[in-house]
Amino acid sequence: MSDPVLEIQGLEVDFPTKDGVVHAVRGIDISLTQGEVLGVVGESGSGKSVTALATMGLLPKSADVRGSIRFQGRELLGLKEKDLAKMRGTGIAMIFQDPMTSLNPVYTVGWQITEAIQAHQDLNKEQAQARAIELLEMVGIPNPGERVSNYPHEFSGGMRQRAVIAIGMANDPEVILADEPTTALDVTVQAQVLGSLRTALSETGAALLLITHDLGVIAGLADRVLVMYAGRAVETGTAEDVFYRPSMPYTLGLLGSLPRLDSDGTERLRQIPGAPPSMLGDRVGCPFAPRCPLATDLCRETEPPLTVVPSVTSAPGEHRAACHYAEEVGRGDHGRVFSDGVIDNVIA
Amino acid sequence: MPEPAAKPEARENFILQTPQQVASTEAGMHTLAVPAAGFDPSADAYGLTGEAKGQFRIVVGRFFHQRLAMIGLSVFVLLGVASVLVGHFWQYSYTDITNNLNDPPSWTNPFGTNAIGNDMFAQVMAGVEKDIEIALTVAAIATLIGVTIGAIAGFYRGWIDSVLMRFVDLVLVLPVLAVLILLSSKLAKQSSNWLGLALIIGLLSWTYVARLVRADFLSLRERDFIEASRALGATNRRIIVKHMLPNAVGPIIVNATLTVALSIILESTLSFLGLGVQPPNVSLGLLVDQGQSSATTEWWLFVFPVVFLIILILSIFLIGDGLREAFDPKKSRVRA
Repeated sequence: MSDPVLEIQGLEVDFPTKDGVVHAVRGIDISLTQGEVLGVVGESGSGKSVTALATMGLLPKSADVRGSIRFQGRELLGLKEKDLAKMRGTGIAMIFQDPMTSLNPVYTVGWQITEAIQAHQDLNKEQAQARAIELLEMVGIPNPGERVSNYPHEFSGGMRQRAVIAIGMANDPEVILADEPTTALDVTVQAQVLGSLRTALSETGAALLLITHDLGVIAGLADRVLVMYAGRAVETGTAEDVFYRPSMPYTLGLLGSLPRLDSDGTERLRQIPGAPPSMLGDRVGCPFAPRCPLATDLCRETEPPLTVVPSVTSAPGEHRAACHYAEEVGRGDHGRVFSDGVIDNVIA
Repeated sequence: MPEPAAKPEARENFILQTPQQVASTEAGMHTLAVPAAGFDPSADAYGLTGEAKGQFRIVVGRFFHQRLAMIGLSVFVLLGVASVLVGHFWQYSYTDITNNLNDPPSWTNPFGTNAIGNDMFAQVMAGVEKDIEIALTVAAIATLIGVTIGAIAGFYRGWIDSVLMRFVDLVLVLPVLAVLILLSSKLAKQSSNWLGLALIIGLLSWTYVARLVRADFLSLRERDFIEASRALGATNRRIIVKHMLPNAVGPIIVNATLTVALSIILESTLSFLGLGVQPPNVSLGLLVDQGQSSATTEWWLFVFPVVFLIILILSIFLIGDGLREAFDPKKSRVRA
């Protein structure tokens, strides 16, 4: 395996607040090789976005970031703002969640792409403009020659997000961080945007860190999956491992909350009871224990480490889960972990 | 005051469906979908059609559809052009001394002459020119300083913001007139002092712009597209100048316009008190001061400068109001 382009080790992020310290990320390891797609899943507040922002160096100054983030072997934490600015866009580009607000309303889409190009590349106006049209065409904007002089308000949501993707790939980055790129969009538009994202990857050869809470998006795009809960990775592995042999009850719960096309339609969606824990202060035991139907006293007392569990693929050692009972969960010994959903209208 | 007829409430076409409007609504719907010609052209000014349109063009379009603002602009431009033309082509210069002393308005001296024989028409127009010069200089200085300080304070926040805003407070609590009187009495000894006067007024009028821009920047810096441009590697300076300033340009321009009007008032006040523009230069305030003693006898010495002063200030306020209206996002039919 080639050297990773992006390697995050033991990342911890704390935010001091007036109620105490919030531990937003509590030790995350990520390594991305060239052209690889890593899907990061987890519910709101699990630390997904904070991890991405920490990588870009975009967290507020009050945040306490520890650990190591290396891009092409170069440590990013503690780097000067000036050097970080050079790396952003060319090395690592970021695509934000809401395309409605991530484009500047007073400039044309073309201007914003050329601005991104000219920030890093020595191209004149015509060349940058031509490149902008080329980029818009790549992400599937129809009639890019005319659309390039449109303002964001003249684009639909999906087109805007594709324009944002075009801006992201403008400087041929090595890594693209996409923070919930499809969440704010209609389901029908999501597929188009994912298509554009795929094009972006094949054109730039970049690795993608895809943050989402939509497992369907992950299944369609990701090579490997990282499931986050309460600021930690609770399960990592290839997409096959995580989808076919989930070894952590939380992953099971996530999968069970999705409707499946291959079921006979009589099964109800299952829900995970409770809410994610507060990230304030210190905690003992597994963070998922209060919501876990399998929790024992052991779970409530010691937090399980991320350990290697059996894999369905031929890459042993890649599938890891943080659960005292990972083996049993993975084998499916417990049958259905979560009870049928009580809320029928969830299905509707 | 009657609602200006040229300001169409295109919105009502769709909300209030009076019978005679149903037909036009149909046409309007059509225009929404396809940018077709032939619909109410004013809808274009509101960005109703689907054509590619920048903020600038939308604002200009909306400005030109306000009758009062257009009157203000016409009067202001007319006054400005006339004052320059009169300065060059009128038979008398404002410094010329004729043999007609204290003549009432006549064909040769439309605004009459004063006690030493100056042609009042040339004097008033020279006053208008000087007033506009001073006011534009003041607005330029005040806007430059205000925008710079406000932008830096709003963007960087923290201690930089605190220091700059306390400085703004400091300038704000200075009694403007007292400071102006103090400083301009020093300047009064020089004859070509109008530039110095403009500088002083400018140095005291930037605080409002600074607060305005700071407030705007405080909210702008939290917007997603600013973080997005940072994520693309834009430096702080680039973000401030290229990404944030254009988003704050509306209030800045409106405020600059009002600064023009207010600085004319301030300058006139000072000149009236004998501390502003000094002879042989003229300004409207100075002319009012010189004419006030003879207001009941040689009325033309007093009335013409006063009337032109009022018209000048009023026209600028009308422009400012029109701009405010044009920049108002709530008037916009275009969703950002």
